[in-house]
Amino acid sequence: MRFAVRPARVALHVFLVLTCLTTLAPLLWALYASLRTYDDTARNGYFSVAESLTFDNFTAAWTQADLPHYYLNTLLVTLPALVLVLLLSSMVAYGVSRYSFRFNVALLVLFTAGNLLPQQVIVTPLYRLYLLTPLPSWLSDSGVLLDSQLGLVLIHVAFQSGFCVFVLSNYMKTIPHELGEAARVDGAGVFRQYWQVILPLCRPALAALATLEFTWIYNDFLWALVLIQTGDKMPITSALQNLKGTFFVDNNLVAAGSLLVALPTLVVFFTLQRQFIGGLTLGSTKG
Amino acid sequence: MTALESPAKPAGTSAPSPTSRRGRRRRATALAPRDKLVLGLMLGVPSLLHLALVWVPALGSVGLSFSSWDGIGGFADIEWVGFRNYVDIFTRYPRFWPALQHNLIWLLFLLVVPTVAGLLLAVLLDRQLRFGRIYQSALYLPMVLSLALVGFIWQLIYQPEHGLLNNVLGTASTDPVNWLGDPDINLYAVLVAAGWRHTGYVMLLYLAGLKSVDPALKEAAALDGANAWQTFFRVTFPVLRPVNVVVLVVTVIEGLRAFDIVYVINKGRNGLELLSVLVTDNIIGESSRIGWGSALAVVLLLISLGFIVTYLFQVFREEERT
Repeated sequence: MRFAVRPARVALHVFLVLTCLTTLAPLLWALYASLRTYDDTARNGYFSVAESLTFDNFTAAWTQADLPHYYLNTLLVTLPALVLVLLLSSMVAYGVSRYSFRFNVALLVLFTAGNLLPQQVIVTPLYRLYLLTPLPSWLSDSGVLLDSQLGLVLIHVAFQSGFCVFVLSNYMKTIPHELGEAARVDGAGVFRQYWQVILPLCRPALAALATLEFTWIYNDFLWALVLIQTGDKMPITSALQNLKGTFFVDNNLVAAGSLLVALPTLVVFFTLQRQFIGGLTLGSTKG
Repeated sequence: MTALESPAKPAGTSAPSPTSRRGRRRRATALAPRDKLVLGLMLGVPSLLHLALVWVPALGSVGLSFSSWDGIGGFADIEWVGFRNYVDIFTRYPRFWPALQHNLIWLLFLLVVPTVAGLLLAVLLDRQLRFGRIYQSALYLPMVLSLALVGFIWQLIYQPEHGLLNNVLGTASTDPVNWLGDPDINLYAVLVAAGWRHTGYVMLLYLAGLKSVDPALKEAAALDGANAWQTFFRVTFPVLRPVNVVVLVVTVIEGLRAFDIVYVINKGRNGLELLSVLVTDNIIGESSRIGWGSALAVVLLLISLGFIVTYLFQVFREEERT
C-alpha cells in the first residue's frame, strides 16, 4: 500500500510541490537577485540568466549600510527585553495560576486584552509619556525616555507580557498543586517554589515563547520608528529603510540587505523549528 | 495546555468542587506576611509596568481624543473640544473614509483568502504524507519575516520594469503595470503579499486544531457511510470551532495593526492609506496634532474592541463561572 502509486496521492504531491515553490518564489527571487552583479542586471534585466554569481552584494550591504552597527542595536534591545519579559510574565502567571485572590481573573484579562490592543491606540500618549520621563544621562543621552533604547526595551516588555502571561498561566495550571505544597511543607517560600519548582517545569513553554518573542521583538518596526529618533540608534528592521533610500536603484543591494536582515530569524526558525511552532499554537491569540 | 484546546480549563483533570476551591482560598490567606509581600511584588511590579505603558496610554488616547492639543505646554493648556475631532474626522478629513475603506477591504481579504487557503492546506497536510514536514516548513517560512521585510522583498516582484511579475507577464518592456504605484490596484497587490505571510500562520493553527480532533469521530462517520466531504463539513469542521474563533481574532487584530508593509512601500499614501498610518502620521509627521491622532486611534480601538471582547468572553467565561 505504502509503495503503490495512487493517482490521487501523486496529484496531491504535485499540488503541494507547486504550492511550496510558489510560496518560496519571492525569497528565491530575492536570493537570485542578490547574487548577481549590478552591471549584469543593468545590461540584461533582472529576468535573465545570470552571467556570474557573486557574494559581493552581501559584503557591500554589510559595510555600506553599516549592518553590524544595527545588528548590535537590535541585540541591545532584543536580549534584555526577551529575558525581562519571560521573567516578569512568568511571575505574574505564577501568581494568578497558583494562588487565589480577589483580582485573579481580572488581572489575567487585563494582561490578555492589553496584548490585543492595536499598537496605534497606545502610541501617541506613550510618545508624550516618554518625552516627559527624565532619565540620567548615562542611561539616555537624550535625557528622557524618548529616543533611548531603554524605552524600547520597556515597551516591548510591557506589551508582550500580555501574551506571555496568558500562555504561561495556562501552562502552569496544568502543573499539579501537590508539587508546590510539597515544597511548602519543606519550608520553601513563595519565591523559592516559583524559582525552583514551577519555573523548571515550564521549560518547554518558556523555550517556545523565547523563540517566538525573539522573532517578534527582532522584527519590530513601529515602536522603533516612533520612539527612536536618532537614526544611529535604530534597530535593524527600521534601519533597512535607509538602505532603500540611499541605494534606491540598486535592487541587488536591497535584496542582499533584506536577506541579511532576515538571516537571524531564519536561523532561529530552522534550528528551533519545533519550539517555534509550539509557541505559535500555544497562545494562538497573537496578531 | 494550549489555547487551542481548552484555555479556560482549571487546574488538574477534575473541575474544582466548591470545597477544594474554598480550600485553596484558605491556603492563600494562610500565607506568611513575608510570602504575601513577595507575591505582591511578583505580581505588582509587572502589572504596574503593563498598566503604565499599555493601559494608561490607551485610556489616555480616549481622553485626549476630546482635546485639541498640539503637544505644546503642559496638561493645563489642553483645550477640550468635546466631539469636534470626531465630527471633523467623519465630515471633513479627506483621508479618513478611504483609510477606513482600505482597512475593511484588508480585513475582508485576510478573512477570506488566507483562511480558506490555510484551511485547505492544513486538511491536505493532516495525514501521513511523505515529505509532509518539508511541505509544512516551506509553507510557513514567510511567518518568520516581519511585514516590513515582506514589503521590501515583494517590491522586487512588483517593480514596473525590473520586477518579476511584469517580466513573467511579458508586459515589462511594452506596457509595464505599476503594481504598487497605481492607486486602483496597489492595495490588492499589497494584500497578496500580506496574505502570503498570513496563510502559513492560519495553516499552522488549523493543523494544530486538526491534530486534536478525535480520530474515532471520523471513523464513526466513515462507518455511517459519510464521504470525505460530509465527514469534513459535518464532523471535523464543527469540532474546529475554537480554532475558528482564534483564527478570526488573530486575523482581525493583524488586519487592524497592519502598518509596516504599506509604510515601507510608500509611507501609506496614494491608495495605501490605513487608519494606523493616519495615527502615526500625526505623531511623527510634520504636524503634531495629538487630539486628532488620538481620535483616529479611538476609531481603530472601537473597531477592534468588539472582537477583543468576544474573544475574551469566550476564553474566560468558564473561569469566571467557577
